[in-house]
Amino acid sequence: MSKALPLSVPITLPNGIIYEQPTGLFINNEFVYPKQHKTFAVLSPSTEEEITQVYEAFKEDVDTAVDAANAAFHSKWSTSDPSTRTRVLYKLADLVEENAETLAYIEALDNGKSLQCSRGDVALTAAYFRSCAGWADKIKGSVIETGDTHFNYTRREPIGVCGQIIPWNFPLLMASWKLGPVLATGCTTVLKTAESTPLSALFLATLIKKAGVPAGVVNVISGFGPTAGAAVASHPKIKKVAFTGSTNIGRVIMKAAADSNLKKVTLELGGKSPNIVFNDADVKSTIQHLVTGIFYNTGEVCCAGSRIYVQSGIYNDIVAEFKRAAETLKIGNPFDEETFMGAQASQQQLDKILRYIDLGKKEGATVITGGERLGSKGYFVKPTIFGDVREDHQIVRDEIFGPVVTITKFETIEEVIALANNSDYGLAAGVHTDDLNKAITVANKINSGTIWVNTYNDFHPMVPFGGYSQSGIGREMGEEALDNYTQVKAVRIGLKQ
Amino acid sequence: MTVSVPVEYEVTLPDGKKFEQPAGLFINNEFVKSVSGKTIDSINPATGEVNGSVYAAEAEDVDIAVDAARTAFKSWKKVSGVDRGKLLFKFADEFEKQQALLSSIEAWDSGKTKDQNAIYDVEECIAVFRYYAGWADKIQGKLIQNDAKKLAYTVHEPFGVCGQIIPWNYPLLMAAWKLAPALAAGNVVVLKTSELTPLSLLYVAKIFKKVGFPPGVVNILSGYGATAGKSLASHLGVDKIAFTGSTATGKLIQQAASANLKAVTLECGGKSPLIVRSDADIEQAVKWAAIGIMSNQGQICTSTSRIYVHEDIHDEFVEQYKAHVIADYKQGEMFDGDAVVGPQVSKVQHDKILNYISIGKEEGAKIVLGGEKNTDGALSKGYFIKPTIFTEVQPHMRIVNEEIFGPVVVVGKFKTDEEVVKYANSTQYGLGAAIFTKDITVAHNMASDIEAGMVWINSSNDSDIHIPFGGVKLSGVGRELGEYGLSMYTQAKAVHVNLGTRL
Repeated sequence: MSKALPLSVPITLPNGIIYEQPTGLFINNEFVYPKQHKTFAVLSPSTEEEITQVYEAFKEDVDTAVDAANAAFHSKWSTSDPSTRTRVLYKLADLVEENAETLAYIEALDNGKSLQCSRGDVALTAAYFRSCAGWADKIKGSVIETGDTHFNYTRREPIGVCGQIIPWNFPLLMASWKLGPVLATGCTTVLKTAESTPLSALFLATLIKKAGVPAGVVNVISGFGPTAGAAVASHPKIKKVAFTGSTNIGRVIMKAAADSNLKKVTLELGGKSPNIVFNDADVKSTIQHLVTGIFYNTGEVCCAGSRIYVQSGIYNDIVAEFKRAAETLKIGNPFDEETFMGAQASQQQLDKILRYIDLGKKEGATVITGGERLGSKGYFVKPTIFGDVREDHQIVRDEIFGPVVTITKFETIEEVIALANNSDYGLAAGVHTDDLNKAITVANKINSGTIWVNTYNDFHPMVPFGGYSQSGIGREMGEEALDNYTQVKAVRIGLKQ
Repeated sequence: MTVSVPVEYEVTLPDGKKFEQPAGLFINNEFVKSVSGKTIDSINPATGEVNGSVYAAEAEDVDIAVDAARTAFKSWKKVSGVDRGKLLFKFADEFEKQQALLSSIEAWDSGKTKDQNAIYDVEECIAVFRYYAGWADKIQGKLIQNDAKKLAYTVHEPFGVCGQIIPWNYPLLMAAWKLAPALAAGNVVVLKTSELTPLSLLYVAKIFKKVGFPPGVVNILSGYGATAGKSLASHLGVDKIAFTGSTATGKLIQQAASANLKAVTLECGGKSPLIVRSDADIEQAVKWAAIGIMSNQGQICTSTSRIYVHEDIHDEFVEQYKAHVIADYKQGEMFDGDAVVGPQVSKVQHDKILNYISIGKEEGAKIVLGGEKNTDGALSKGYFIKPTIFTEVQPHMRIVNEEIFGPVVVVGKFKTDEEVVKYANSTQYGLGAAIFTKDITVAHNMASDIEAGMVWINSSNDSDIHIPFGGVKLSGVGRELGEYGLSMYTQAKAVHVNLGTRL
């Protein structure tokens, strides 16, 4: 806790570049101190060392930010020419690209993910802002013919002041998925980052100001869930809350929304996504997708393919190849260009993953590869594959959120569809086969929001993403994202008879 | 006329700006001479002098351009919507950097006044390209879900090679309205400009190359309608033709297109009515009614060139209207900063309009303003016609039914709504219409009863790039602008995947 922490600190990145890291709360386009002047530490997961302190927002700071967002919403931002919002979003995309390396390094430093991963995140971020830019002036309603006694039309209007709470696994990318549609639809927002990864969003805030977003439209605060997050979820002036994180916290958010002002709620929660390999799958490319499915981003992906089901005819080949592929992955220093897997995001996450690995062993599963921490400094875990699992094992049921996957044999299509759907989650699924009919039939029958066929963790700004069942409510990206931030007004005009 | 014209030459504009004017045909990202060597002289409407010469495409040049486009399409159709959007956005940015110069070139060659007209066209061009850039990655087919035994979906595919023929009244803007949606949807284009105004778009062609459009995706030809235009419309290698121009030529285009049943969209003429009911805000009606016919020297397809005023307020309206036009519609040459009304684009147009004015007099209509060529000083060298108002017109008159395409408006009276709707619908056209009233029900019902593609309530010619634009009856087929304009450049392919019907 330091009153002396400046609102901007120089940080030297591993590539030698020094950049200015904002530490304050971004409110009304300025970085400001929170009322209590409290700070908290931000650690580098790959070294366990402190990167910097940042300022912590509490309820009273959320109030200040919401007031700013409210004033901005009632200014001309949402009612004036939407092509202004197009220009601003496009400029923001350009600025993200201009600062791509800096952002990629900040992300790798703060989250622990490899540069390979963080560079991909930055590219997707710019692409998403660019896609949202085109939507701003294309939001439309309908005219409905009910006879010549009336003239009826619907309008889609921005909801207003939004609260957005994002997780630590894709700090920058998740910020873009939240901010893009807010800016496109003319809403305003208070965005709370995850306490373990506040840095990239604060840097992004400098680009948001530079892009010409008016003051108060986007406010970014660092803070903790039980304080700042809870304040957002229950704020009486926030009309809509969007949360990405665990299913348990998603419940808390939804309850707080209901108890306060019935604000609209969209949630992107957990998953235990099945990745299914049929006998006629191409082994070489399928292995790539299995690897991407669970080891990409150190397995800290809501839609990770964390339960693999392999048809018996191809089972042995797949297991052997998958084990080999996992063992050749480079894990370690995020800033090494060859590194595929960096560190888990925090001590807490590391502990949780190691507990599940122990549990798996106790439950009687076989460790095909991995099954332990790597080294003793930095939160590194070896890619871990468990075989000989049963459906009732906790490692098969629970979301572990790390580079730990179970692999199970199956015989028939009907059997694997039942196995895939035997979960309270429903975020994604993978299907690997050469047979078009099988792919479509299985895709149609799995209860998940995204089905990847012969690919995995494969995103595009125009394709919607979200969960069935307890994996969430609502969709992000695609045209569907606009529904989260607009509401329909029907106008029915009675004509004189 | 066969003269060896350089493929590029330096021009100094009347306002002092200098630029390199390309004169060739823009094919495969290069400027080339026409095969025959034939050229066109583009005339300055304020002086009658030659602004510059350009190469004129004939049938053999159209063949070359269409081949180039066809070849380019093979790879262009694999370019993602995201990447097409990026190119279009870059194009808009580059265009914007040269806004001032483009406004001057446009004014110089078309007769538009620079400060009151051309600069707004150029702004709108930028907006059109940005708007369609945003659509490029959002072209979605549908999934039709009613049959469990089938995966049925549509793909909204581009047509392929689109021929586009544009007029002289908005040389850059009409090009933007055509090129942007066609390219956003994944088509390649061969665009023919008007022989009266070929210069500005050739300069713009360089920007397509600069920002990285692959060769052959955009081809721009100067040429005559009877040769190059006809060749494009009937070409077996062209998949769709889009035309803006007169109804008479539109008919020829549609006939020529039947050679290979290519898709046709037409933006043709109009004689759009502007109705002023007795409850109208007269001052506003006067101002919009002036914009509606005196803008762009009356050279607008949607000009509200027939005004019908309720008999109770007719005289009051006419008096205010005349005074407003005199006060606010100063006539002058293109680089006169105060001038709103410039010269007509060509001698042919000028003569045609003067002919209609004399027809109007012969038919017995009364002239309350203008009615003649403007011979003030230097203006006498150009094709300037004074803003003209006819009153006491009758429904049968030629000046009431035929498109004049100049700063000439006819004003008639009406008593009942039914009567004026009848007048409104009595021409062969159906492009725009304007209604001035405070009564929502009447406005809505009249808008419904009038045969027009666009209705303005309490405004006129108040177009917006997000809102579809086009006509019914002999004013045309299809729509431009908005999402509708985009859908004119795709066609739906239905794909059925059999999931379970075995014979």
